[in-house]
Formats: sequence, structure tokens, C-alpha cells
Amino acid sequence: MSMLSLNYQVPGDDFTRAGEASGDVKHKLKKMGYEPDAIRRVAIAMYEGEINMVIHAGGGEAIVDIDPDKVEIRLVDQGPGIADVNQAMQAGWSTAPDNVRSLGFGAGMGLPNMKKYSDEMTVESEVGKGTTVFMTVFPGRKEEER
Amino acid sequence: MAEFYHSVTLNESKCVGCTNCIKRCPTEAIRVRNGKAVIASERCIDCGECIRICPHHAKRARFTHLSRLSDYEYNIALPAPALYGQFNNLDDIDYVLTGLKQMGFHEVFEVSRAAELVSEATRKLMEEGNLKRPVISSACPAVVRLIRVRFPDLCDHVLPLKAPMETAAAMAKAEAVEKTGLPLEKIGCFFLTPCPAKVTDIKMPLGIEKSMVDGAIAISEVFPELSHKMDHLDSVEPIANSGIIGVGWATSGGESAALLNEKYLAADGIENVIRVLEEIEDERIGELDFIELNACAGGCVGGVLCVENPYVAKARIQRLRKYLPVSQNHLQGGPIPQVMGWNGSLEFSNVLTLSTDLKEAMQMMVEIDKIEEEFPGLDCGACGAPTCRAFAEDVVKGVCRKTECVFVYRKKMQKVASTLSELEGEAAILPKEGEN
Repeated sequence: MSMLSLNYQVPGDDFTRAGEASGDVKHKLKKMGYEPDAIRRVAIAMYEGEINMVIHAGGGEAIVDIDPDKVEIRLVDQGPGIADVNQAMQAGWSTAPDNVRSLGFGAGMGLPNMKKYSDEMTVESEVGKGTTVFMTVFPGRKEEER
Repeated sequence: MAEFYHSVTLNESKCVGCTNCIKRCPTEAIRVRNGKAVIASERCIDCGECIRICPHHAKRARFTHLSRLSDYEYNIALPAPALYGQFNNLDDIDYVLTGLKQMGFHEVFEVSRAAELVSEATRKLMEEGNLKRPVISSACPAVVRLIRVRFPDLCDHVLPLKAPMETAAAMAKAEAVEKTGLPLEKIGCFFLTPCPAKVTDIKMPLGIEKSMVDGAIAISEVFPELSHKMDHLDSVEPIANSGIIGVGWATSGGESAALLNEKYLAADGIENVIRVLEEIEDERIGELDFIELNACAGGCVGGVLCVENPYVAKARIQRLRKYLPVSQNHLQGGPIPQVMGWNGSLEFSNVLTLSTDLKEAMQMMVEIDKIEEEFPGLDCGACGAPTCRAFAEDVVKGVCRKTECVFVYRKKMQKVASTLSELEGEAAILPKEGEN
């Protein structure tokens, strides 16, 4: 059991609300006086994941477990799944539709950025069933250690 | 804890304890206690939003009064360029500056002159490329204070240059010492300010140890006498010495346009400023080099100590700038003069965090989340806090009791009432007194 567990439903049909969950997590971490760099990394990694769920999966659920020594983020969706996770992890690779790209999203940097900003990340995905992304951020960890 | 000076203060006799200011405050610094607003000193950033919104004029700004001029032998006025937007049909800035001299100032030094130097220094620093991008302007003191309490990760993005007011004071004083031979302490420098944040910035500066400015007089205080003097000038002195760039600092977008680089953004109005800062923090604004932020809508012309509608003032300034040269003040070449730079750095101030102990703060957060569910989520403000969430925080901190929420209180009373009526029903079947 983590000290603080937060749960969010990420709506899939409303682009303008994407980022609300990660924004709330950021706000709460700040209120608790969490390490600023960890807050920044959590906010960015989770935001990217949230956007992914909105663009590709019709929304999903975000569960964030916070402890003094780590923040664990679980993003669960029942979307189409990712056929080739390794390919999806490559910078610039994207299946985002044009209407999404015209908003400035879908540049193929979502998963790579999530990996870059988190300390640990795993992706479990099954085509037709959905995707779950696990990310962990450890406060105080420097970029070169990641 | 250090003592705080604030320009923004409360006139208790006028405060009726309504919810207008608590809702508007960007740092949730105000609560209503015992029917009166109370400002948490360590949280207040002197943005002036509460002054703007208060329908009872109970919030006011403290500033220096003109009578203070008698404290010095030689007085210099430092007019903010926003002052020029206050006058109808003005086509020559020298009318304003000559009028100020008639009011008793020995010298007038336009802040817009220093602004042109700050612009040049900023361009130089940006070219050198050692600043963390995007660079955030340090000109608006309310924004700098907002970053300091709400955006720990952005403190080192703030441009480490003094605001034009400070550089203007340093230059004006140096010139005056040379001209008059008087010692520095006999020379008074007074900024004519559009906002309370500048008043505070003089008393408690950030990034530097001590301000060179001796007082800040509200534009609204000089306006009546100044406009009268301007209407009765015998001759107009040629004092004005700044261009489009310097005068442009009066409105939002002026500072960034002066960078002559289109990779910038200028946001104004405190809510918009917060949104932009959130996005910079999340690295969602990647392609920009410079971010200009003004707490007031419209920029400095929107300050609460101005008299004119900010958009009218903006239109007038556009017209005034039209026939000015681009810039009339330039650095001498070489490195940026030391006097223009900060000599400290902007340190995050954790006044908004729940506790300095992370574990304790986390426990409090768990508690807040739980307690918040008991409240209706209407954010009515009747408890004195701006939102149910803020109230839950106050309860967990131990400064309020849950029953100060009228809904929680009503529920409690209903429970008491139903218990009483139940008892009453049971009382009927009890034997009456004396019957046994």
C-alpha cells in the first residue's frame, strides 16, 4: 500500500480535458513539497500518457501511487492495443490521425518522452484488448543515472 | 521567518466579509475570519487583484505620498511609461515631463530610457545563450513573486536583470550626484507607479539587496495635479529621450517585441499568466525563447493605480509611439554593466506547502482528500475559504472546524432535530408525572 493513492478517469471524447489528471497530480505533489525535479518528470511523463489514452484508446484510467521515495503511475486503457511496442517506442513513429496532428499532437514523441522522463517504464499491450503502461519516478535521481 | 511588507492592505471598517476577494486571489492568500478579510502575509504577491475586485473598496494599496519630497534636497521623478497613456489628446511626452517638474520634482528621468537598455542587455544575454530557455521576464514583480511561491522549477528561468525602474534610479542618481554635487542620501528618487507590486518591490526587492528607489507614488495620486499643471504650461522643456522600444514597455507585448526575435509569447492577466507558467513547467512550450508575463490585463497600463481604462491607455500609447525613433538609449558596448544585473538568485519559497516534512505533508494530503468529500463542492465561500478544497486544507491544518461549513452544520442540526423528535415520540408513551 502506498501512502497516497490517486485515481482518475481520463475521458476519451474530450480533447480539451486532456492533461487534467496530470495537472492535479502535479498540484498535489507541489502542495506536499515533493522534490521539484521529480514533480516535473511525473507531470510530463503522465501528461504524455494521458494524451496517448485520449488520442488512441478512447480514454482510460490513471492510478498514481505516491510514497516519499517513489511515484508509480499506472495508465490502463481498453483501446486497440499496440501491435509492436518496440516500434512504438521509436522517436517519431506515430499512428495518430491527421485531425490530431493538426492540433500539434501525434509527433511520435509520446512513448519516447515517457521513457525519457520516468526512471522505469514497462508497457503491456495486447491488440484488441488494451494497453497498460507502468512508470516509476524516483525523486533525487539525476538524468545520467537513469 | 522574515517580516513581510505589503502594499496591499485591508481597510477593516469597509470590509463586509463578502467572498469576492478570496475567490480572486491567485495564491489563495485571503480568508474571511470573524466577518473580515485576512491576508496571509507570506502568501500575498501584491498583484492587486483583490483591490480590483472589491466592491466595497476595502482593499487598498499603500504608497508614498507627495509630501515625502520634502525629505530630500533634490528630487527625481521616475515616470513609468504607463503614465503617458493616462492623458487624452497627448501628442508630446514632454508635456507630461514638464508638468512633473512644475509639481516640484527637480529632475525627471523616464523609466522608458532604462527600459531600452534592459531590452538591449536582454538581447545580448539571449545571444550569449547561457540562460535557461525559455527565459521568463523579470519586469513584473507580481509575476516574479508568483513564480517564487508556486513554480519552484521555473525560478532559474527568470531573467537575472533588474527591472527598468531600478536601472533608471541608479542612472538618475549618478547623473544627479554629478550635476549637483550633493551626497547620495540627499537625493530622492520616486517611481510613479501603476501598481502596488512595485511599491512592495522597492521595500522588499528580489534578486537585489536594496532598492535605489526611495518611494513609489501612485499614478492616481499625481494625476489630478499633474493634469492641471499640464493644462497651464508656459513652455515645454525638451526632456523626453526614449523611443518606440522604451515606451512600448507600458503595454503587454512591448518588452518582447523589443527583442527583435519572433520566438516569444506575451501573456497578460494573472489567470493567463498562471496557465502559461503551468505549460512551461510541463515542457509543453518548447519552441519559444522568451516569455513576457504581466499580472495585469493589458500590461502595466492595467495596473490598479492607473486612472484610465487599460485599453484606452494602450491605444493612446500606440499613437504616441508612432513618430518616435526606435530606440534612443544604447549600451556602450562591452559587457553588460554590473549595475543592471541581479546580485542574487531567485529562491523558491515554500509558503504554499502543507508541511516541511514530506511524510507529514502526505498524511495531511490523505486527510484533506477524505475530508473534502464531506463538503458539497459548491465552493460557496461561506466558510471564509475560497474553495471546499482550500477549506479542507484549513481544517487539516487545524485552523478551522468542519462545522464552519454551513452544509456540514445543517446536516448536524438535522441529526440533532431528528433525534429530538424521536425522543419526543417516545416521551408520549412514558407515564406522565405523578401517574404512577
